[in-house]
Amino acid sequence: MSDEFRELDRRGLPVAAVFMSGVAALAAVPTAIGLSSISVGVALAWSLPGALFVVVAGVVAEWLRLRFTRYRVGADRVELRTGVLIRTRRSLQRDRIRTVDVTADPLLRVFGLVSVRIGTGEHADDGTVRLRPVTRATGDELRRALLARVGRGEAEDTLAVLDPGWIRYAPLSFVAPTLGIAAFGGALNAADWVGRAGGVIDWAVDLLVGLGLVGAIAVLAGVVLLVGVVGAAGLWVEMWWGYRLDREPGGTLRVRRGLLTTRSISIEEDRLRGVDVVEPLGARLAGAARVDAVATGMATKVEKDKARHRTLLPAAPGAVAHRVAADVLREPVSPTDAVRLSPHPVAARGRRLRWALAAVLAGELPLIVLGLVLTEVLLHIAWITSVLAVPVAVALALDAYRSLGHGSVGGYLVTRSGSVRRSTVALQRRGIVGWTVRQSVFQRRAGLSTVAATTAAGSGAYAIRDVGTSTGLEAADAAVPGLLAPFLERTPAADSSGRRRA
Amino acid sequence: MTAGTETTTATPGSTRLRPPRNPVDRRAVGWWTTDLLLLVAAPVVALVVLGVLIAPARIWLLAPALVIAAIGLAAAATLPRWWFTVHRWEVTDTAVYTRTGWFWQEWRVAPLSRIQTVDTRRGPVEQRFGLATVVVTTASAKGSVTMAGLDHALAADIAEQLTLITQAVPGDAT
Repeated sequence: MSDEFRELDRRGLPVAAVFMSGVAALAAVPTAIGLSSISVGVALAWSLPGALFVVVAGVVAEWLRLRFTRYRVGADRVELRTGVLIRTRRSLQRDRIRTVDVTADPLLRVFGLVSVRIGTGEHADDGTVRLRPVTRATGDELRRALLARVGRGEAEDTLAVLDPGWIRYAPLSFVAPTLGIAAFGGALNAADWVGRAGGVIDWAVDLLVGLGLVGAIAVLAGVVLLVGVVGAAGLWVEMWWGYRLDREPGGTLRVRRGLLTTRSISIEEDRLRGVDVVEPLGARLAGAARVDAVATGMATKVEKDKARHRTLLPAAPGAVAHRVAADVLREPVSPTDAVRLSPHPVAARGRRLRWALAAVLAGELPLIVLGLVLTEVLLHIAWITSVLAVPVAVALALDAYRSLGHGSVGGYLVTRSGSVRRSTVALQRRGIVGWTVRQSVFQRRAGLSTVAATTAAGSGAYAIRDVGTSTGLEAADAAVPGLLAPFLERTPAADSSGRRRA
Repeated sequence: MTAGTETTTATPGSTRLRPPRNPVDRRAVGWWTTDLLLLVAAPVVALVVLGVLIAPARIWLLAPALVIAAIGLAAAATLPRWWFTVHRWEVTDTAVYTRTGWFWQEWRVAPLSRIQTVDTRRGPVEQRFGLATVVVTTASAKGSVTMAGLDHALAADIAEQLTLITQAVPGDAT
């Protein structure tokens, strides 16, 4: 790779032109339709120049941006100079670069271009250089050059490839009903907009009225669910098509995926501090799990799509998830699978049950208050919904308690919690950079604490929730020998029992 | 499940965190009291001024002002003394250790080897009381340790000492 300052690809201009034309069309067409009720001439006279202005302004802005943006990949640093009026220079130390993500949306793909994000994982935006657009070849070259470390003398290794059958887990999330309801709302909105095409709505309403109330609700729910399932499946295909997880010779994990927008996400293995095996309720019932990386220097929270960024494996059968987790960590068995988790005290179950019932009560309270003040109907709705909600809440609370657990295996601290989204985190003990122990008044009375290991990776802290105070502190002390010990007080009974350390 | 499992459990009910050695500076009580009074003063003054200006609504403006002032004064008279007994800190050869809060008590430990930055902060009120706050951050977004209400000379010493130790440790502490 040359030492010269280089430009972004000039084909950014046509990309911008096409993109801005799309934006202009989206804005101009409804305007033109609206104005055409006055006269076609007026409509064109207003919308065409406006659209033209938007396109030209967008292209000029892009031209200026391309004209004034230069980047250089030197021996020690990657530099970026940008800005028309306010010149900014950004310089990343090459040995601090941890991620190089290459994405290409459909528009860029048409022109054979990609967008490259080079990140050190530090200081959020300051530690990131974005190059958009560069050619696909340049993108690949950058990725390879910047992540090339001293090779460990191993060949490229494929850890997982997509099994199209995994699509069956896609609709088992909250995405499906949400999408369905959104589509329903969108359809009503569009019908309201168009107005004139009301014939379709009338026809649908007539059809539903013919079915009676229960039938109509059933049909509507069915349609919403169907749309949701199709939508979720479609989204899954767009996100995960062509998925593969590779380990590259330099010790880099690389996830490639995407149907329309292709993404390539590279995570340096040295930055990996563990894995998070996530089982959303639906997927868990179907025996599936997702694997997220717990790594430092991943996309920061200011950026969207964060969760997806660190997903190493989409929801897949549990056995596959555990195998991938083990392979990623270079362990024979995944610590999330090998560990025997100690359950937490029964007091934690009481807390969960109280939370669940309090949540139901909080939901019902407005109904009850309004019911007492206004009409009895609301009271009936309140008790009917409670009869449905209380068992669900109790079941979730009991399940959440069953999920609680922590343990230690090999070099890992493993902690699990959650019901709707059960997460089993295996965190490398050497990745723990401190402890935060929290105890509310209620926890104190029950003898519980929440012991959180702080780490540079992932969400910053992973907690052993509602663990018996003594047990939790001993686990923390055993996980990072010496750190907590000077601050612990042990009664003689504990001293004679002896602590076992790894 | 497998032979590789180790247990980390010990006899329950026998281990707890001891309080950190040092209390905050006695003057912190004055600082917290002033902060609380200032916090309460803003709405009270606003309500009283409005009450004086708007005659018809006087009672509705002065009554809440009185209530807020009463609660504020009671809080200012009691809470800072209580906080003084609760907030403690300690810097050892290996770690920084603090305890804060009562309703949600929180103990934080950060090893010196993982410290990334050491800042000293002094708000205007804090300055008047000759106090300072030392904030120690680690590579974790959730791992910072804050020691508030220290004598400012002592805070400067601690910050300097911690900075020296931090610089002596190689690596990026992640």
